[in-house]
Amino acid sequence: MTTNKREIINTVFKYAFKGAGFITIALLGGIFFMLLYNSFSFFTKIHPLDFFTGSQWDPEARYSILPLIVSTAFVAIGSMVIAVPLGILTAAFLSELAPRRVQMILKPVIEMLAAIPSVAIGFLGIVLLGPGISKLFGIQNGLNALNGSILLAIMALPTIITISEDAINAVPKSHREASLALGANKWQTLFKVTLPAALPGLIAAVMLGLGRALGETMTVLMATGNASAIPKGFLDSVRTITATIAIEMGEVPYQTTHYFALFAIAAILFLITLVINLLGEYFANRLRRFHS
Amino acid sequence: MKKKILYTVNWLVLSGSTLMVCTFLGIILWDIFSKGLPALSWDFVHKFPTNGMTKGGILPAIVGTILLTFITTLFAVPFGVACAVYLNEYARPSLLTNIIRASIRNLAGIPSIIYGLFGLALFVQAFHFGTSVLSAGLTLGLLSLPYIITTTEEALKRIPNSMREATLALGATQFETIKDVVLPKALPGILTGVILTLSRAAGETAPILFTGVAFYINGVTTSVNQEFMALPYHLYMLSTQHNAIEQVRPLAYATAVVLILLVFVLNIVAFVIRFKHRTQD
Repeated sequence: MTTNKREIINTVFKYAFKGAGFITIALLGGIFFMLLYNSFSFFTKIHPLDFFTGSQWDPEARYSILPLIVSTAFVAIGSMVIAVPLGILTAAFLSELAPRRVQMILKPVIEMLAAIPSVAIGFLGIVLLGPGISKLFGIQNGLNALNGSILLAIMALPTIITISEDAINAVPKSHREASLALGANKWQTLFKVTLPAALPGLIAAVMLGLGRALGETMTVLMATGNASAIPKGFLDSVRTITATIAIEMGEVPYQTTHYFALFAIAAILFLITLVINLLGEYFANRLRRFHS
Repeated sequence: MKKKILYTVNWLVLSGSTLMVCTFLGIILWDIFSKGLPALSWDFVHKFPTNGMTKGGILPAIVGTILLTFITTLFAVPFGVACAVYLNEYARPSLLTNIIRASIRNLAGIPSIIYGLFGLALFVQAFHFGTSVLSAGLTLGLLSLPYIITTTEEALKRIPNSMREATLALGATQFETIKDVVLPKALPGILTGVILTLSRAAGETAPILFTGVAFYINGVTTSVNQEFMALPYHLYMLSTQHNAIEQVRPLAYATAVVLILLVFVLNIVAFVIRFKHRTQD
C-alpha cells in the first residue's frame, strides 16, 4: 500500500471515530428534544397548573401528575430507608473487616444480585413477598408500596454497596493510622474517621441507587398494585410514573392528548433522575478532589 | 466488659447486614429454582406453546430473545467501540470531549422506559420500522451504548502507552496502531464489557414493551420486521395478565429459571474471559 493511501485511510477513520463520538450527544439531544416537543404539545391542550395540582390521574377526566409523583416518591424513599443503612454497613464490613476469603465469596454474590433481571424480582414480589405481606399485616392485597420498596431496595443494593466500598477504600490509610495512633479503637476509627471521610462518596452511592430506584419500571409495575390515587401509607397500592407509562402507552392512540400526556410525565421523570444523577456526580467529584 | 459488648454488637451489626444481603440473593434463587426446575424439561425449551400458553414450551420466546440480543449487538458494539476509541485514542481534553463524557454519564442514568418511548417515537413511528424485533433491538442498542463505551474505554486505558509509541515509531499510522495493536490487545477487556452489557439487555423489559414484543406469535420470528416473543416479557405476561394465572404459575417459574440461567451463563463467560486475561499478564 502506498504511503498516500495509508494516510487517506488514517484520516477517514479519524473522522469516523469522531463521528461516533458525536452520536452520544445526538442521542441525549434527541431524547431531550422528543420529550420537550411532545410535552409542549401536551401543555397547549392542558394547563400546567391543572397538571401539577389535583389528585387524580384518569385519562378520561383529568391529567394530574401529583398522585404519580407521590407514589414514585413513596417507593423510592421507602427503598432507600432499607437499602442505605444495609448497603453502607455491608460496604464497611467488606472493606474494613472481612478477611480476603470472605471478600472473594461476597463479590460474586453482589454481582449475581445485580445481574438478576428486574422482571424476575417483580415476579417474586407477586408470588412470594405479596402473600407474605398480606399475611403479616392481615390485609387482602400484598401488592403495595411496601412490597415495591423492599424489592427496589434489593435492586439498589449492589449499586450502593459497590460505590460505597470504593469510597471507603479511597480514604487514605494515613487517616486510619493517625486515628489509631491517637488511641482510638477500630470502631471509633471506622465510625468517626473513615466513614465521615468517605461521606461524599457515600452520598454519591445513595444518589445513584436512588436514580436506579426512581427509574425502575417492571418491578414496581408488577409489585405495587397500580392504583392511581394519592397513597396514605406504605400499605396502600401505588402507581409510579414509570408504571403508568408502561401500562398506558401500549393502548393509547398516536398523537392524542393522552399520548402526549405520557410523554409529559416521562419528561418530569427525566428531569428528576437528571437532577439526582447530577447531584451524585457532584459528590463523586468532591470525593476525588478531596483525596488528590 | 462494657467495651467488649459494644464491640460484639458493632461486629454483629456489620456482619449481619452483609448476611442479610446474601440472604436476599439466597431467597430469590432458592424460590425460583426450587419451584422452577421441576417444571423445566427439554420439551419446555424446544417446543411451541400450546393450549393458550397453559402447556408446551417457550421456544419462540428463547429465539426472540436471542434474535433481539443479536440485533442489539450488531448496532451497539461498532458504535460503542468507535466512540470509546475516539475518546481514549484521539480526543484531547476540550469542551467537546467534556460534553461527550457528560452525555454518556447522563445517558446511563436515564430510566429504561424513556428509551422505550424514544424507540417508539424514532424507530417505530418516524422511521416506519413498525413494532418489530428491529425497532426493539435498536432501542436496546441505544440503551446499551453508554455501558459499552464506558467498559471499552476502561479496557483501552489498560493498554500501556509504550505499545502505541513503539508502533508509531516503526512508522505505522495512528489508525494502523489502533487496528493492529491497541484493539487486539484490548479485545478480552472489550469482550467482557460487551457480554455483561448484553446480559443486562437480554433481561430488560421496559424498552421493548411498545417497540415490538408480543405475547403470542405464530411460529418463530424469522424476519427483522416481525413482532417477537421475549423471555422477560413472557414472564411478565404469565405472572400478571394470563387468564389462568394459578395454572400457568409453574410455567412462569420455569421461564424465570431459563431467563436467570441465560443471564448467569453470559456473566460466567465474561468472568472466564476476564480471569484468563488476568493470568496472561
